Amino acid sequence: MSIIITRRRLLHTGALGAGGLVLSGCDKLNGDPAFRSALQQAGTWHEGAQRLIGGQALAREFSAADLSPDFRINGSTDPGTGEYAAHVATGFANWTLRVDGLVRQPLALPLTALKAMQQRKQITRHDCVEGWSAIGQWHGPQLGQVLSMAGLLPAARYIVFHCADAIGGAPYYESIDLADAFHPQTILAHEMNGQPLSVGHGAPLRLRVERQLGYKQAKYVMRVEARAKLAGLYGGKGGYWEDAHDYQWYAGI
Amino acid sequence: MSDTGGNNPKGGDLVRRHRLSTRLWHWANALGVFVMLMSGMMIFNAHPRLYWGEFGANPDMPWLTIGNADGVAFPGLLTIPSQYSLADARIWHLAFAWILLIGAPLYLIWSLVNGHLRRDLWFARAELSPSHLWHDIKEHARLRFPTGAAALNYNMLQKGAYLGVLLVLLPLVILTGLAMSPGYDAGLPVSALFAGRQTARSLHFIAASGLALFIVVHLVMVVLAGPFNEVRSMITGRYRLPVGKGAEP
Repeated sequence: MSIIITRRRLLHTGALGAGGLVLSGCDKLNGDPAFRSALQQAGTWHEGAQRLIGGQALAREFSAADLSPDFRINGSTDPGTGEYAAHVATGFANWTLRVDGLVRQPLALPLTALKAMQQRKQITRHDCVEGWSAIGQWHGPQLGQVLSMAGLLPAARYIVFHCADAIGGAPYYESIDLADAFHPQTILAHEMNGQPLSVGHGAPLRLRVERQLGYKQAKYVMRVEARAKLAGLYGGKGGYWEDAHDYQWYAGI
Repeated sequence: MSDTGGNNPKGGDLVRRHRLSTRLWHWANALGVFVMLMSGMMIFNAHPRLYWGEFGANPDMPWLTIGNADGVAFPGLLTIPSQYSLADARIWHLAFAWILLIGAPLYLIWSLVNGHLRRDLWFARAELSPSHLWHDIKEHARLRFPTGAAALNYNMLQKGAYLGVLLVLLPLVILTGLAMSPGYDAGLPVSALFAGRQTARSLHFIAASGLALFIVVHLVMVVLAGPFNEVRSMITGRYRLPVGKGAEP
C-alpha cells in the first residue's frame, strides 16, 4: 500500500516538475535566435521536398457541387482609404494594375485589358494557416501571361504583390518565386463564384497561388513588382505576415 | 540473449532487452511526439473547431468545438510556446515533423527487416484465443506483471498498444499531416485519400489524441512496473527480470 502511495506521489510531483521545466525550457528556446533559426531552416526543407515530389503538379480542382455555401471573409475586409472607396464607387473603371520593377516594359492594365486576356477558371480549396478551408471558384488571367507581356529581366527572381490594404498601419504585401508565378493555376482573379470580386474578398483583383496557404492569396492587388531579392522591401521577409509575426515565406505547409 | 542467465534466464537476471534501433527510435520519437503534441495544441487553438469533409470554416457546422468560439482550447501549460502564437508553434511543428516523417518509416522498415515486428510485437496464433486474451486483461487489470523469463514477452495489451501506435496512429498522424499541407497535397493525393482536408484535420486530431492517451497509460505503467529498471532498459538495453513471489533467490 505504502509503495503505491509513494509511486503515485512520485508520478504526480514528477509530472508537475517535468511539465514546468519543459515549458520554461521551450519558451527559452523559442526566444533563442540560433535555435529558432535552426528550426526555421528545417521548416524550409519542406519547400524542397514539395518541389521534389510535386514539381509543377496542379492543386486539386473541384466541381460546382463542392463550393462552400458561405466563403469566410478573412484578414482585411475593406482597405478603407478614400482612394479605394472612390474606385469602388466607379466600379474600378479608372483603376489600373501597375506591373513594374525588373521588367522590359512596365504596364498599366485596366480591368478591361485583364479581362480581354485568355482566362482561367478554377474551383479550388483555400486553406487558411489557422486550419479552416473554403472552396471557391476563381476566374482571371494567368499571372504568367501578364509577366510575359511585361517581359521579365534576367535578374528577376521574385514577384511582389502590393496591396491597397494595411493592417495596423503596415501595408499588406506578399511575394512568390518564379516557379509559382508561372504555375498554370497562379492567376489574378477578378471574379469569384461567377461574380465580380466583392470588397470583402479583395476587389478588384486577388492573387490565387493554389499550392500555398491563405495569407499568400493577396487581396486588393494594386501593383505587381518583379525584384531580384526581397531584402530591402518593408521588413525584408517577403510579406506582411512574414514581417509582422515570422510566418513562413514559403507557405506550402 | 541474456548476460547472466544463459539460455534459461530467470528472475533477477540482467538480460538484454531492447536493441539499439528500438532505443534510438524510442527517444527520438518521444521528443518528436511531445513537441508535436504541444505545438499542435497551440496550432489547434488558432481554430478550435473540427469538421468533416473537404471544407469547413466559421460559417460551417463543426462536429467538435473546444472552448468558446474565439476562446483558447488548450491552456498555456500544455502548449509550445506557452503564450498564444500560431506562427511560433508552426516553426516548432514543421521542424520536428521531420523526426516523424523520416524516423517512423525507417523504424517500421527496419523492424520488418530485423524481425522485431514479427517476433516481439505481432500476435502469436495461440495468443489470439479469447481465454488467453481474457487472462492477459485480468492479470493486467490487477497489476500482476509477469516475472522471470515470462517478463521478456509482451502481453496482448502491450502488443496491441505498441502495434496500434506503430502501424495505425503514427502513419495516420503523418499522412493526415501531409494531407493538410496544400503543397504536399498537390504532389501526393493525400487529402483525397481521407475524403477531404477537414476530415484529414479531424483524423489528425483524433490520432494525436490517441498518441496522448497512449503516453499517459505508458508512463503510468512504467512507474508501476519499476521506473528505474524500465528506463534503464530503454537507455542501456539491459533489463533486470523481475523475481516472482516464492521464487528461489
